[in-house]
Amino acid sequence: MRTNEDNCTEGMSLIVKTITRLSVGLILLYGIYIVLHGHLSPGGGFAGGVIIALSFVHLVLAFGKRQAFGTLSESGTASLESLGAVLFLAIALAGFSGGYFFANVLPHGEPHALLSAGTIPLSNIAICLKVAGGLFAIFIALVLLNPESEQGS
Amino acid sequence: MIALYTILVVMIIGAVIAIEARDLLSAVIAVGTVGLGLSLAALVAKAPDVAITQLVVEIISVVILIRATIRIGLPRSTHGSTPLLGVVALVFGIAVLVVGARVFSEIPPLGAPHMRVSETYVAEGLEDTGAVNVVSAILLDFRGYDTLGEATVLFAAVMGVLAVARPVGRRKTRTEPNHANK
Repeated sequence: MRTNEDNCTEGMSLIVKTITRLSVGLILLYGIYIVLHGHLSPGGGFAGGVIIALSFVHLVLAFGKRQAFGTLSESGTASLESLGAVLFLAIALAGFSGGYFFANVLPHGEPHALLSAGTIPLSNIAICLKVAGGLFAIFIALVLLNPESEQGS
Repeated sequence: MIALYTILVVMIIGAVIAIEARDLLSAVIAVGTVGLGLSLAALVAKAPDVAITQLVVEIISVVILIRATIRIGLPRSTHGSTPLLGVVALVFGIAVLVVGARVFSEIPPLGAPHMRVSETYVAEGLEDTGAVNVVSAILLDFRGYDTLGEATVLFAAVMGVLAVARPVGRRKTRTEPNHANK
């Protein structure tokens, strides 16, 4: 019933769109910061992944479905999630070269440095891809595939 | 301690409002208050990792809930509730309260946890993994299996939502009802 309205106006008002255009990059950047500094400061892959997913949710809410999916499509989300899962498993399997599953095989480096802690930053990135892709896919499923929007179209 | 109790009282008030609200949107926002209180409580208890995760998960769940409920306007149904059900609810409530009180009397006080396993993690985490943030070290190194399971749960959740909400099967049954039994 509300799909017709959504398709005509495509998102929210000009004020919301302008603010979103300014803020969405900052939100995405903050999410990336949280992920990359997961082994140094509070945060990590899960929290950062949710923040990154939120930035895309922000886009969908403000600009409507069509324009936002030009930025990150549904299949793109699915492949991001799968890539995260495969990457995390690959890191875990790479541990076998050091003896056991999930062994931290990379050099640990110097504490407090961005490139330290062996495989932990890589695992953070994998978890982030997985969580961001997964949550955004759930959001897409709930927003796009609901029965009401189907009846309207 | 006072800050923690204040947050807890606000959370209880939010939960009561969420149950009693006539409007679904108000209830969702009141649930959001509870989640915000929980993340603040984690922050007061010096667990910033938990606080950040709780906060962002709370935001996304409130966004999804608002998007899902904003124009549905479900009517509240109170018929079907009998005095017997009320008694059952009361009995279960009291039982949970009694068990909860006994459990909470066994929990060590805030700031003085039992440190049997975690002692090792805190003492040797930096040396073993090189990660300054001990939470990351535990999640992604010592307890990597748990995180793998968590990722699997998320994957299963996404699969479940997509399977339930996908439009393909529904469209088939609508246009070709005869093929639905195949």
